[in-house]
Amino acid sequence: MSTSDRIIRVPLHEVAHGRTGDKGNRVNISVIPYQDEAWPLLLEQLTPERVKAWFAAKGAGTVVRYELANLPAMNFVIDDVLQGGVNGALNLDGHGKSLAFHLLSIPVDVPERLALHPEKAQRR
Amino acid sequence: MTAKTVHIGCGAGFAGDRWDAAVPVVATLASRSGPRYLMYETLAERTLALAQQAKIENPAVGYSPYLERILRPVLKTVKSHGIRVVSNFGAANPLGGALKILEMAGEEGISDLKVAVVEGDDLTTVMTEADIRSHAPVEGIAMPEGRLVAANVYLGAQAIADALALGADIVVVGRCADPALALGPLLHEFGWSFDELDRIAAGTMAGHLLECGAQVTGGYFADPGYKDVPDFGHVGFPIAEIDADGTVVIGKAEDTGGLVSSRTVKEQLLYEMHDPSAYLTPDVTLDISGVRVEEIGPDRVRITGARGKSKPPTLKATISFEGGWLGEGEITYAGPNARRRAELAIEVLKTRVRDLGTNWPLRFDLIGTVATFDGDDGDLRRGRDWPDDGEYRVRMATHGGDKKMAQWIADEVLALYCSGPAGGAGVRHRIAPQVTTASILVDRSRVKASARLVEGTAS
Repeated sequence: MSTSDRIIRVPLHEVAHGRTGDKGNRVNISVIPYQDEAWPLLLEQLTPERVKAWFAAKGAGTVVRYELANLPAMNFVIDDVLQGGVNGALNLDGHGKSLAFHLLSIPVDVPERLALHPEKAQRR
Repeated sequence: MTAKTVHIGCGAGFAGDRWDAAVPVVATLASRSGPRYLMYETLAERTLALAQQAKIENPAVGYSPYLERILRPVLKTVKSHGIRVVSNFGAANPLGGALKILEMAGEEGISDLKVAVVEGDDLTTVMTEADIRSHAPVEGIAMPEGRLVAANVYLGAQAIADALALGADIVVVGRCADPALALGPLLHEFGWSFDELDRIAAGTMAGHLLECGAQVTGGYFADPGYKDVPDFGHVGFPIAEIDADGTVVIGKAEDTGGLVSSRTVKEQLLYEMHDPSAYLTPDVTLDISGVRVEEIGPDRVRITGARGKSKPPTLKATISFEGGWLGEGEITYAGPNARRRAELAIEVLKTRVRDLGTNWPLRFDLIGTVATFDGDDGDLRRGRDWPDDGEYRVRMATHGGDKKMAQWIADEVLALYCSGPAGGAGVRHRIAPQVTTASILVDRSRVKASARLVEGTAS
């Protein structure tokens, strides 16, 4: 096994990018792999259940994952995470604009070659 | 005959966008030939409610407060080069905005500017408040309490195309679907029928990619070491080229910074999108699930494959209510033992607010630990250990109906200067009136959109 095949645990940020949008008390967060090869790994590891748990402190309700294999990209729609929405929230980030980067901090296990900065590997 | 390509630039992606963003966009459009348009999107959900309140105090205003700032720098050039402008900067008062533009034209020595308004988005002119309140809100929000300030339906592209057919150089709209600012010109230029669902879908997708300005050219994207954007301080705004068959190419203004890549396009494609196979607009149900994104040159990305399904039977409207007062205050603690001094400040604030005898909700953030990602209860912060020494900023936020109480609570942060923990610094505190919004769906038969040219007052 070459070094680049070694499986390491890194924040999703090493493997994918994305952004948040908000409407009402609902946000969507896109997740777009830097390399298409990461797509099946992300499908397997970024389940709606896991994403809902990752946003538990925010009071996340329903989480739906839409898959766009063509791009490839996935789109998470998360309910209630704004805790009142842009108008009622006491949070500094009432729009949830920063929340894509919360999702991008979730750990994923990938071959070393798929991480932009493999030195950011965490203990598995 | 060569096939026609329509060029649509975007000069603003939200109300507070850069005042001069349109200048390089217009300079680039002026160097091109064929039908050319400039759109500005300036109307977030709450912006219109604020404009409505401004109009109540002064019936001459209520259009975008930024209208003059963003339009005047390019007004002469767009007119002299035949670049037509479409924008929702009419906000709560498209007619007032049109009159302001005609006044500006007079000052700039432009004598023959044709300005049209699109009207019909203001539901309060055709529905009673009780009727409006009888519609159940969507997107997970309960029908708000409080006084109704505004109710505006998202109009589609047809009335914009109608305004262009009247010969308008500038089309002033209030609330419309943001992508309609691009689809309107495309309907006018290509004569697309609403039955040509995939073309309407492609035009809607083009508008969706343009509507947030720099968000498709490197804005809301740059992430050093991961997604680098050249000359980011001069990020250029986008220009789309659309063909009659619905092929969309996204580029950007010349002699600017920024970046158009498959990554910038994919991020914006999914921005504020829920089900990618069913993005609801007044004009079409857009399906981007089969879209192809290809880099075809430097800062040029082609997007094809948008599909359209029939438009939804109802139109979405945003309804806005007076929403009480937000009270906020922040104070910094730095150096040795800063975290414990900051936490003591939070305890003091809790005590003081309790002594005021209110049960208003309070949120405390300890900025420097984890704040933005945390919930109102601070679970993430408490789940980890944080260094005693360092730099921390306490933030308190509250919300309720009484302006005076909001001020009293916020003032407790200020009082920490003399009566709080050692070394408290840099207090900022304020209260701000809130607008609560919700969305409802209304029957299309209730809405009549129309376009007309506006005559200037004496010239």
